[in-house]
Amino acid sequence: MGEFFYMGGYAFHVWTSYALAFVVLFINIVGPSMRHKRNIQSASDFQQHNGTISDDT
Amino acid sequence: MMKWLHTMASSAWFYRFSGKVIPWLMTLFVVLFLYGLYGGLVTAPADYQQGDAFRIIYIHVPSAWMSLFVYIVMAVYAFIALVWRIKLAEVLLISSAPVGAAFTFMALVTGSLWGKPMWGTWWSWDARLTSELLLLFLYWGVIGLYAAIEDKRTASRAVSILTLIGVVNIPIIHYSVEWWNTLHQGASVTMTDKPSMPIEMLIPLLVMATAFKVYYAISLLIRTRAELVEREPNSKWVKQVIEESNHG
Repeated sequence: MGEFFYMGGYAFHVWTSYALAFVVLFINIVGPSMRHKRNIQSASDFQQHNGTISDDT
Repeated sequence: MMKWLHTMASSAWFYRFSGKVIPWLMTLFVVLFLYGLYGGLVTAPADYQQGDAFRIIYIHVPSAWMSLFVYIVMAVYAFIALVWRIKLAEVLLISSAPVGAAFTFMALVTGSLWGKPMWGTWWSWDARLTSELLLLFLYWGVIGLYAAIEDKRTASRAVSILTLIGVVNIPIIHYSVEWWNTLHQGASVTMTDKPSMPIEMLIPLLVMATAFKVYYAISLLIRTRAELVEREPNSKWVKQVIEESNHG
């Protein structure tokens, strides 16, 4: 197991690469999902204020 | 055919359809990604020249492939957006840019992390590295230009034109290792030749590349949904979506 993490002496380079991939892939799912939620929320607020006035769109 | 295209291009239809597809894509991505990780980190043998450092390939090469792939797809959206003025193509174009930038960034940083132990340097101004860096700037340029223009239809046209101009860079990146004698090694995997690596190294690479493609689809769909709601907050279909989420 220790040998696995040692990566033949390239532990820093290999694990940093994989860690970066995890972080970047995570951010690009969670970030947009949160933005989606926010946009739904603000659309909901927007419609509550204007709902009765502009019903034609 | 045109009618079918117009249905597909409607925001309401796209929003609903993508909502159903995302969970399936997510499952597929997790399975492929875990398999790729296991194959790349555990079952693939260490490279006889590069030792375990070569394992960076499983992040670096799929990211680099995707950095080009996403840009080519964006160019197609840009063309559709300019010629047929299809709104959905505009939204797909701008929603692809951050994902493409993320892949390009990953390709550059992991390449640097690979280059240091192999070449003895983090960075060199060689043709492949420089043109890939230019690609990152193109992605950032697209994102910045879109954000800078208030009217989103105008912004989309500007961004489409910039995207199409930037396409010149794609063959330069691809052929840079052949046209110039560079520090960056030649292609390890091509469509035509027999790959220069053993099969137990190659399979995890191809699986990882597929995982990254699925990932692009997921991130693109989520971004597109967010962007559609933002662009059409007062539309009937968004109203329905909100009502359904309140009752469900």
